[in-house]
Amino acid sequence: MLFTSYEFLGFLLIVFILYYLLPGRAQWSFLLLASYVFYFIADPRYLIFIAITTASTFFAAKLISDKKVSFDVWFKEHKKEYEKDERKALKAKEHAVEKKIFLCCLLFNLGILAVTKYTNFTIANINNIIGAFGNKGTLSFVDLVIPMGISFYTFQSMGYLIDVYNGKFEAQKNPFKFALFVSFFPQLVQGPISRYSDLSQTLFEEHRFEWRTVSFGLERILWGFFKKLVIADRILVPVQAIIGNPDTYSGWYAFAGAMFYALELYADFTGGIDITIGVAETMGIKVTENFIRPYFSKNIKEYWNRWHITMGTWFTDYIFYPISASQFMMKLSKKSRARLGNNLGKRVPVYLSSFIVWFTTGIWHGASWNFIVWGLGNFVVIMVSQELEPFYRWFHSKVNVEYTFGWKLFRVVRTVLIMSSLRMFDCYRDVPLTFKMFGSIFTKSHLSQLNADAFIGMGIAAEDYLVVFLAMLLLVTVSLIQRSGSVRAKIASKAAPVRFIIWYGLFMATLIFGAYGIGYSASQFIYNQF
Amino acid sequence: MIKEYYDDPTDHNVVFIGDCELYENISPVYLWENYGINSYIRGSAQQLIWQSYYLAEETIKQEHPDIIVFNVLSMKYNEPQNEAYNRMSIDGMKWSSSKINNIKASMTEDEHFIDYVFPLLRYHSRWSDLNTDDVEYLFDRNKVSFNGYYMRVDVKPAENVPEGKPLPDYMFGENAYTYLDKLTKLCKDNDVQLILVKAPTLYPYWYPQWDDQIKTYAKKNDLPFINFLEYQDEMGIDWTKDTYDGGLHLNLAGAEKLSKLFGDILTQEYNVPDRRGEEELDKYWDGVIKRYNQEIERQTTNLELYGSVHKPEEKK
Repeated sequence: MLFTSYEFLGFLLIVFILYYLLPGRAQWSFLLLASYVFYFIADPRYLIFIAITTASTFFAAKLISDKKVSFDVWFKEHKKEYEKDERKALKAKEHAVEKKIFLCCLLFNLGILAVTKYTNFTIANINNIIGAFGNKGTLSFVDLVIPMGISFYTFQSMGYLIDVYNGKFEAQKNPFKFALFVSFFPQLVQGPISRYSDLSQTLFEEHRFEWRTVSFGLERILWGFFKKLVIADRILVPVQAIIGNPDTYSGWYAFAGAMFYALELYADFTGGIDITIGVAETMGIKVTENFIRPYFSKNIKEYWNRWHITMGTWFTDYIFYPISASQFMMKLSKKSRARLGNNLGKRVPVYLSSFIVWFTTGIWHGASWNFIVWGLGNFVVIMVSQELEPFYRWFHSKVNVEYTFGWKLFRVVRTVLIMSSLRMFDCYRDVPLTFKMFGSIFTKSHLSQLNADAFIGMGIAAEDYLVVFLAMLLLVTVSLIQRSGSVRAKIASKAAPVRFIIWYGLFMATLIFGAYGIGYSASQFIYNQF
Repeated sequence: MIKEYYDDPTDHNVVFIGDCELYENISPVYLWENYGINSYIRGSAQQLIWQSYYLAEETIKQEHPDIIVFNVLSMKYNEPQNEAYNRMSIDGMKWSSSKINNIKASMTEDEHFIDYVFPLLRYHSRWSDLNTDDVEYLFDRNKVSFNGYYMRVDVKPAENVPEGKPLPDYMFGENAYTYLDKLTKLCKDNDVQLILVKAPTLYPYWYPQWDDQIKTYAKKNDLPFINFLEYQDEMGIDWTKDTYDGGLHLNLAGAEKLSKLFGDILTQEYNVPDRRGEEELDKYWDGVIKRYNQEIERQTTNLELYGSVHKPEEKK
């Protein structure tokens, strides 16, 4: 059920009405039912996967949590009976049991994710290796079900498990409440990857109908639809034309394709998240923000703090920090400092951890070398950027431009260009072709390519480009206004006719200029595939 | 055209329901002027049998005609065909259970019910094609039909009419039969005489196997079936003069010939009354006849001046 389908809107309407008709204490149970119905409609087989992840994580976390609590109680009562070393040994023994349970559950669920998403990728690589050695025998691909949103709900569940294991909070005692946390339907498809400590604050609460909350939610949904239907799905057509015909569209066209794709991805993903957050908001539930105007970032590091934030923090908290603080890294740090000196040596474990994180981030996005290279490309850019920090400091000490508008603009444009270039790996069918097309921007661009007819030949008319351009201007304007606070709150403070003109105008613009219905192919949200 | 029906306040004795083989081949004005028959054609292009059924259902709810005439060519379609034709049949209907059921029965795979409720959802992408014609049409209240009849006065002789290609299966589909059964039952339950007809046009080809099935059906259900293809000589149809598109549809001359024969049948065999002299009807028909004659004059003049019934700027 696509977010932009009539079926989803109908489903949402029914859920919304029943949600507020039901007594408050039944609301979260009803949401669980609705979420499972939503997932069932997508494919009944998916339910088995999500149920297994939910059950295994719930019981493992509960077991760990119960053991922690009972051990703490027992330890408080009996600690005086033991010497310091004995107490330490007791704690270590207890921790080892918890660790076993934790690792079993973690590996089991990551195993499901790995098998469903990466089996065929592994087979393809094995076949390549066999082929490289001249062997003609190949392994057959397997036809596996890849449950919708498995990367998102697995990561969300594992985040919860890690937090319980680390003693951040006690495990949820009610399996159905936990099941809702894992399966909450608005964010099941494309995130955000919510933390239990954030989402649980409002997910299980009773919510009464409040017009302001509901209207704010609806406005957010509308804005999401505008981005998705008016911008993303309209610019999608030339993007597909460009990346589908690399022989025809090289040079400036490849550059245009990269820029169009940057716009499409932004409008698509943030639009989808707007719908997710808006839907939750109409029901009084607060879902974590996933974007803070990422294209206004001054560098790639900042960009990644503002783009797909919940994924970034997940990788930082649950992969980067544990790896950095692992015994192996500590030892490596010591050795590298000893051999390479303090300055260079201390960077080795950081960069190695960072490398692992970006490799994992890449492969999380998709089972292909394109995503792996994309992830590592980000790693390289961030590493180079950090290494150049002294140079930047020197440059700014000599040239006084750091706080000028022109320099800020330059940094923003630079970020957009670098990120758009890296994202070309999303677009083209393999890594060599991506490099070739990127190279063509510098070797095959010529002015004759910049003619309107060529762009109109990519499947949309001049009027469509105009619509996209105007919509993009609106997007930038809203982002600029947003810097000083919620745009919706600002609009809400205006007189009723002004509010009406703005929201009705946006509604009609979405209805009229949206790329939907007969004549347009319904386009899945890009991040659904992850 | 479907919408114009609601502007006719009179009660009709005969309602024709079917596809272009009715609305381009029968002239209610001729039937009124020569027989005093108050009739209306509820038809649209490639109107499918379930669409005809729901129009008949709505008609019977709205008024109580003595006779419903159904053209059987649409029996050849067993499934929804084409959104554009669906729209021609359905969009003009007033909202009722008949319209809702018509939509449900007619939708192709790509269509959504909500698009019929809110046409903007369907036609929104036309924003870039809008021109002055759309604005003119927005305010244009001129009727395009004459009690459902679409008039053409020009001539394009029927030459080289293709023979029907052999079909893998000549049996009408189950769904088509279901709706024919429903139409038969609807008329019987409401004491309305149902007459099945096949208009006398040469193409699409009417296969003998199809004809046999309708004859059998009509006999079994005690319904009259008139295949006007068998009455071409009696009507005096001249295929070099009486069609405007090479035999697919009759022009005005041909339609009036068919109307004459049908008028005779309706009055002589079915005792359809002559209602000329009823003040309200006379007044209503005077208006239709006036428009009818004006249209004949307009088309004839255009034909002389431009060689087409349309002015050059109307052909866009």
